[in-house]
Amino acid sequence: MHGQEFFYQAFVYLTAAVVSVPIAKRLGLGSVLGYLVAGMVIGPFGIGLIGEEGQDVMHFAEFGVVMMLFLIGLELQPSRLWRLRGQLLGLGGLQVGLSTAAIAAVGLFCGLAWPAAVAVGMTLALSSTAFVLQILAEKNLGRTDAGQSAFSVLLFQDIAVIPMLALLPLLASGAVQHHGDGTGGHTTAEGVTWVAGLPGWAQTLVVLAVVAGIVLAGRFLARHVLRFIARTRLPEIFTAAALMLVIGVALLMNKIGLSPALGTFIAGVVLADNEYRHELESDIEPFKGLLLAVFFIAVGASIDFDLVLTNPGTIAGLVGMLFVVKFVILFILGRVFKMGMDQNLIFAFALAQGGEFAYVLFSFATQSGVISRETANPLIAVVAISMALTPVFMAVNEKILLPRIGTKEKVDRDPDEIAEENPVIIAGFGRFGNIVGRLLAAQEVKTTVLEYDSDHVEVLRRLGFKVYYGDASRYDLLCAAGAERARLIVLALDDDNKILEMVRTIQKHFPHLTIMARASDRPQAYELLDAGVTHVYRETFDTSLQMAVDTLRLVGARAYQAHRAAKYFRRHDEESVHELAEMRHDKKAYITAARKRIQDLEQTLLEEKQDKGESRDAGWDTDSLQEEFAKEV
Amino acid sequence: MPNQRILILFAHPALEKSRVNRVLVRYVQDLPGITFHDLYEAYPGFDIDISFEQKLLAEHDIIVFQHPLFWYSTPAILKEWQDLVLEHGWAYGKEGDALRGKTMFNAISAGGGEAAYHRKGLNRFTVRELLVPIEQTARLCGIDYLPPFVVHGTHGMTTDAIHNHALDYKRLLEAFRDGRVDIEASRQHPRLNSRLDAILTE
Repeated sequence: MHGQEFFYQAFVYLTAAVVSVPIAKRLGLGSVLGYLVAGMVIGPFGIGLIGEEGQDVMHFAEFGVVMMLFLIGLELQPSRLWRLRGQLLGLGGLQVGLSTAAIAAVGLFCGLAWPAAVAVGMTLALSSTAFVLQILAEKNLGRTDAGQSAFSVLLFQDIAVIPMLALLPLLASGAVQHHGDGTGGHTTAEGVTWVAGLPGWAQTLVVLAVVAGIVLAGRFLARHVLRFIARTRLPEIFTAAALMLVIGVALLMNKIGLSPALGTFIAGVVLADNEYRHELESDIEPFKGLLLAVFFIAVGASIDFDLVLTNPGTIAGLVGMLFVVKFVILFILGRVFKMGMDQNLIFAFALAQGGEFAYVLFSFATQSGVISRETANPLIAVVAISMALTPVFMAVNEKILLPRIGTKEKVDRDPDEIAEENPVIIAGFGRFGNIVGRLLAAQEVKTTVLEYDSDHVEVLRRLGFKVYYGDASRYDLLCAAGAERARLIVLALDDDNKILEMVRTIQKHFPHLTIMARASDRPQAYELLDAGVTHVYRETFDTSLQMAVDTLRLVGARAYQAHRAAKYFRRHDEESVHELAEMRHDKKAYITAARKRIQDLEQTLLEEKQDKGESRDAGWDTDSLQEEFAKEV
Repeated sequence: MPNQRILILFAHPALEKSRVNRVLVRYVQDLPGITFHDLYEAYPGFDIDISFEQKLLAEHDIIVFQHPLFWYSTPAILKEWQDLVLEHGWAYGKEGDALRGKTMFNAISAGGGEAAYHRKGLNRFTVRELLVPIEQTARLCGIDYLPPFVVHGTHGMTTDAIHNHALDYKRLLEAFRDGRVDIEASRQHPRLNSRLDAILTE
């Protein structure tokens, strides 16, 4: 793709997305379906804006899946992954095993040779990581029982692809004839691996060494490298580093014959405890989103409608069978693993389609001669259609099935996982925010801290604070920091404009969050009050008052009297800020009111001092008592 | 016993308005052997430093609560002080013996005259009776609680009278410091200054 051509393509894809996704969202169908329809419309079987190169684009855009797994890894601390192990092996293993067997049986019944039937069974047993995770995330089901189980199954499938790729050539030797290199080392879509010529034990050793290398580098090296990069204070360099990391790991995985998605997932898990995690997340997120969008569009465009229309009955039958077989197995497994009805339905509908790995496996299987092109082509169409139907089924399940037969159980969130989300977010941990954070920490209130100064982050981290590096005013970083589930946010940045910007972002996207905002001075306090923030803290106010109190003491006032005077002054001044904030747009009224306020305050303080008029501390005053006493005597 | 160390815990939220206490304080605060501790001055935010207060108590033999009588009781900070400083396991309870054997009394200014603090008076109880909660607190801590030093009738009191009371207060504290108070005799009086001469020895 050369310059002009590339921009033309990009424009077509972007336009399609921008037009179709909002419409799909409006109709309550989710973005994925929007992308698919867009792909069908602009594809060779629609208005033909993009041609056969859709397949290439799809391979490229599959990288979005790799990024997605990296992001999922980042969210998943090793300890949590360890807790999933039973589900991963049990549920995932059974799903792949049973589905392979069942689909292979159907294949045999339909007249396929047994190697071909097994190849088809393995391939179609896999589901679509991209579709499922995107849909679950969009519906906010990621952390539910169904979401977790679906994720475990998908992760197992990603791992299972590796032995499948190794198995296909072996099946071929039992089948028609043996094409390809036939050396026993398997190839991936991207080319020959480093380990191709090595004996089995050496391959295993290399793979283990590389994975161990990634884990060690992630644990001990990444922190320092990322800090060094963050110090440049150039966000684009950090983004470049994040991309470099993901692409590098993916390439490395290809070279040793592992799935790139699995490799980046491992890298993500290793980095899940890293303090730059939120920044990595928000840097990769947009790329992932766009690539996945392109991927979905490409899937839509790749559906071979000619093929479908020549054999509509066969294709429909195959799609139907694929869904029924996979759904029944998933549903039974869900039962066995004690999922509630609601969760089980979501789980089974979510995973009942074919996956993007089918493209790789089918093309590899045809190359190896395990299955013929005539068998593969309709099945590829079936996979694409089944993926395209998934968002439809999910929507039907959600809108029609669940309200009727669902058990109405609440979508329970694991309390452990909520506990990981801290109730307070502190944005800005400099000289202001750190005091807030330290007091909260001392009282064992859990906080997530966002700080933009990388040196600062490092120091605080060494002191034992959980501090993340990042620009807190970014929506995506707020999401990553758990703003959805936090209760309040302390805005302690030293940039007034940034704070106002954040207030607007938070009010728009996280209206449930209570905002506590730092204000540099009175005008800024007015701005914040205008914006609807009620908890506003002028940064020098209390310090000035304390200084005045100490000054009063040094010139001879009683400490308690100075203290109370300051408290009174404080309350009066706070009231005046609130009152004047409403009035300040009317210049004249403002000046009058402001003057009146100041006079009131002076007057009261003076009267208090001279013991005239209405004293605030009349309870401690004996004047009136003395008068009364004098009269009686 | 000579060389008794005296701690005055003083509480007046508005000393600048006080007539009697101000003078009393002036007479005693710089006496040798006496620690004058002004609670409202030390803790205007009520953030009482408990370990410091306990250390102070441990270092003294005689404790004086000096304060005006507010609503038949102490000003707020002195209540807060009792609540926080007299900890279980330190001041009372099985292990709490830090204050055992110490002596304590209140030094009080009251607006009403002695006649008002009487069964038939406006206040219906004597000052000693009204101080029962503090007496019992002291008892629970193993402290020997003595009758209060009371300046009655501060409303309309002449400056001379105030100075005379202050002088009495000073004499009393010096006598306690030097071990010249007949403790057993003092228990017989409603106030330590009912008949000061009768309880001071040479």
